[in-house]
Amino acid sequence: MQHEATHATPNINKAELLKELSHIVSADGILHETETMRPYECDGLSAYRQLPWIVVLPEETDQVQRIVALCHEQQVPIVARGAGTGVSGGALPHAHGVLLSLAKLNRILDIDPNNRTARIEPGVRNLAISQAAAQYNLYYAPDPSSQIACTIGGNVAENSGGVHCLKYGLTVHNIMRLEVITASGERITIGSEALDSPGYDLLALMCGSEGMLGIVTEVTVKLLPRPERVQVMLAAFDDVVKAGAAVAAVIEAGIIPAGLEMMDKLAIQAAEDFAHAGYPRDAEAVLICEVDGSNEEVSEHVATIRDIFLEQGATKVRTAQDEQERAILWKGRKSAFPAVGRISPDYYCMDGTIPRKALPLVLKRISEMSAKYDLAVANVFHAGDGNLHPLILYDANKPGELERTEAFGGKILTLCVEVGGTVTGEHGVGIEKLDQMCVQFGALELEQFHAVKAAFDPQALLNPGKAIPTLHRCAELGGMHVHNGQLPHPELERF
Amino acid sequence: MGGMDQDNSTAIQQQVTQASHDKSVLDIRGGGSKGFYGHAVNGLPLDVTPHRGITNYAPEELVLTARAATPLAEIEHALNERGQMLPFEPPHYGDSATLGGTIACALSGPRRAAAGAARDFVLGTRLVNGCGHLMSFGGQVMKNVAGYDVSRLQCGAQGTLGVLLDVSLKVLPRPEQELTLTLAADFSDALTRVATLVGQSLPISASCLYDDHLHLRLSGARCALQAAIKKVGGEHSSQSTTFWQQIKEQQHPFFSRFAKQAGSRLWRISLPAATPHLLLDGEWLMEWNGALRWLTSDVSIEQVRRVVSNVGGHATLYRGGNNDDARFHPLSDGVAKLHYQLKRAFDPHGILNPGRIYPSL
Ligand SMILES: Cc1cc2nc3c(=O)[nH]c(=O)nc-3n(C[C@H](O)[C@H](O)[C@H](O)COP(=O)(O)OP(=O)(O)OC[C@H]3O[C@@H](n4cnc5c(N)ncnc54)[C@H](O)[C@@H]3O)c2cc1C
Repeated sequence: MQHEATHATPNINKAELLKELSHIVSADGILHETETMRPYECDGLSAYRQLPWIVVLPEETDQVQRIVALCHEQQVPIVARGAGTGVSGGALPHAHGVLLSLAKLNRILDIDPNNRTARIEPGVRNLAISQAAAQYNLYYAPDPSSQIACTIGGNVAENSGGVHCLKYGLTVHNIMRLEVITASGERITIGSEALDSPGYDLLALMCGSEGMLGIVTEVTVKLLPRPERVQVMLAAFDDVVKAGAAVAAVIEAGIIPAGLEMMDKLAIQAAEDFAHAGYPRDAEAVLICEVDGSNEEVSEHVATIRDIFLEQGATKVRTAQDEQERAILWKGRKSAFPAVGRISPDYYCMDGTIPRKALPLVLKRISEMSAKYDLAVANVFHAGDGNLHPLILYDANKPGELERTEAFGGKILTLCVEVGGTVTGEHGVGIEKLDQMCVQFGALELEQFHAVKAAFDPQALLNPGKAIPTLHRCAELGGMHVHNGQLPHPELERF
Repeated sequence: MGGMDQDNSTAIQQQVTQASHDKSVLDIRGGGSKGFYGHAVNGLPLDVTPHRGITNYAPEELVLTARAATPLAEIEHALNERGQMLPFEPPHYGDSATLGGTIACALSGPRRAAAGAARDFVLGTRLVNGCGHLMSFGGQVMKNVAGYDVSRLQCGAQGTLGVLLDVSLKVLPRPEQELTLTLAADFSDALTRVATLVGQSLPISASCLYDDHLHLRLSGARCALQAAIKKVGGEHSSQSTTFWQQIKEQQHPFFSRFAKQAGSRLWRISLPAATPHLLLDGEWLMEWNGALRWLTSDVSIEQVRRVVSNVGGHATLYRGGNNDDARFHPLSDGVAKLHYQLKRAFDPHGILNPGRIYPSL
């Protein structure tokens, strides 16, 4: 699928730009032939592909700065890329732009056990931070399922979460300071190693900004001490509504589990076939609940939660007896995506967030739509914080099936907005959800977003065409029925 | 929900639109409890206080939404009734404190180092920008990356980017029990001790060093505290609640000492937690495991800021000093430039609280 090329056209031709770049990075850090650039033509949303003009792989911040300054001077668009695991097309290249890979900036610069922070380059993989901090009994909390591959730069750009973010927060809650190269090539520091900084909270603004506001070249993350004890439980239910009620009951009892995940029948079966975690194949839903803390506290919480699950109608509750069993219970959940990938030629992962109380309604509507579109859906749910990942199963080789899948997915996201939620909880808008942004926001908000973008990048050189749709696009789509800045469905209370 | 609840969005929006049209400066007024924080604004008062009331509270979803001028006390009362709290433990500085002012000033209390700051709990806002546009950002859900995080950006912007109308927050259960242990310690003892304890993941929800006494508040499940007490040591304090209330609200005698001495100022110094004691003459009180230090001193503004900058921190002139003393730590050129550009993006005519944080911002 092609996407619309937008905005700036370079003042410089490819040969000249290559020559200029060769003064900045060595020859093996520049790719410009179709075959060598192939691996960069898409991210995790592989339905969208575009070869970049040139790929550059700097190794030092100083080089990044010079590349950005050069592109600024010559009006060349820049798309930053970490590991390319993003699933919304955020790192999709620009046909007349530089694809700036930060993967070689992958040094852990400093771990400070006294302040419990780590200073790292943007290309460091998420899991590598915790591995390096382990010697101090510390770890980095946000743990996206892609953590063996995805980079901290990408995590900042997407404000990534993981299965532990109900208790430990998202990327925005776990970083303290960024070094950023602005669109004009200036090197600035945002935030600090203190707990707050003067002026506007630019750190929050950078989180989830999808490479649109600046290139992150260094990150200081917060590290946490490993909890004394961690315990995982698995509860089976014969009805997803009961499982949803059990989640609410745990939280109302004043317990914030470290992780609280739900899977529906199709997801359970796929995961069980893949991971052999002992998930009950006949259950309509399972909850995976992790509690951590001191030894005594964990014992008490496990007992309380067990009672709650049983009261709420769990047909079976199992507590992992040792570390190995804990790992296997999580493996089922964490491999849900690849597991679904085995039972279907392709799948499309949606990422809406909803108020938890809307879960029964949303699941019912999804299952009705599943029948209507004739496409199966497996649901994986970060139940604690309402982040729903319906995985639509399809076959890209069957004509029309991708289009039907995208239409179905779009309907699911619209539904999330209707019940007071959002079109993306953690995967970002990228190129994928531009149309759904027209549903979520009115013209005024979109204009405000464009003004924020212009404050950082007046020439729109950084990742042009992503994250925020043009008003024109929304109008053409007819998706935006905006009157006086009102959202569609004004009858639904949002605030 | 109180009988005085009222949705005044339209009136507020109209006043901002008018002011935008006239290019006349607005001085946004909530409860006025944080008037001391920031520079005075010379402009037409925009009274937001009628816009109040909790509009949604769903304890099982951990979400509360309220109009900006809802009294902070009303919100905390409602949460308390359901065994929940604002995790960032905001200071009120008076009965008139409102939610909007708390978020606009981004002030957090003793629990900050353990639980997070005001900005960490903001999920969504409704606001009017300097053109009079009424907009919604974020929402009432925990995770949301649709569009830039304009809601968190309002935290600490002190109204210079928009008039807050409604704020949605993540809330948390109150800990089952809280208690305070007190130990004798000098500064460097205290710093090492706190670092070691926090590094062992003990449930320390607040810390304060004053007058060679280290006060540690433990919060959590009863059984967890029993185990933690043994590891922490020290004496049980019988005044736990009062003590932290006095620290949070600055009713502790330390915080008024500056007023008794001509030329003395109260500084709020935020810096990396493990920073050794700073060589600035004056009287100190430490919080947030070392990351927040209060200083009463008559040392010059320039010198305080120079010393604090050198260790990667920033110093806010909290109380005392003259009207034209810069209250907030200066920004680097690159960051300042982004501030002015963002200001223009939200408030092109510069009518919303200009100068409250920095000149003409
Ligand atoms: C199997 C699988 C499981 C996943 N699970 C989760 C999950 O549990 N939670 C979750 O949140 N996400 C998840 N993701 C999504 C993805 O892994 C995250 O969004 C991740 O943060 C992307 O990191 P990356 O390094 O691959 O970034 P990329 O995909 O390379 O880039 C993502 C965006 O960041 C920008 N960017 C990258 N580096 C920089 C930089 N240095 N400066 C500025 N902008 C930059 C890019 O321009 C792009 O817009 C999953 C993806 C897969 C494939």
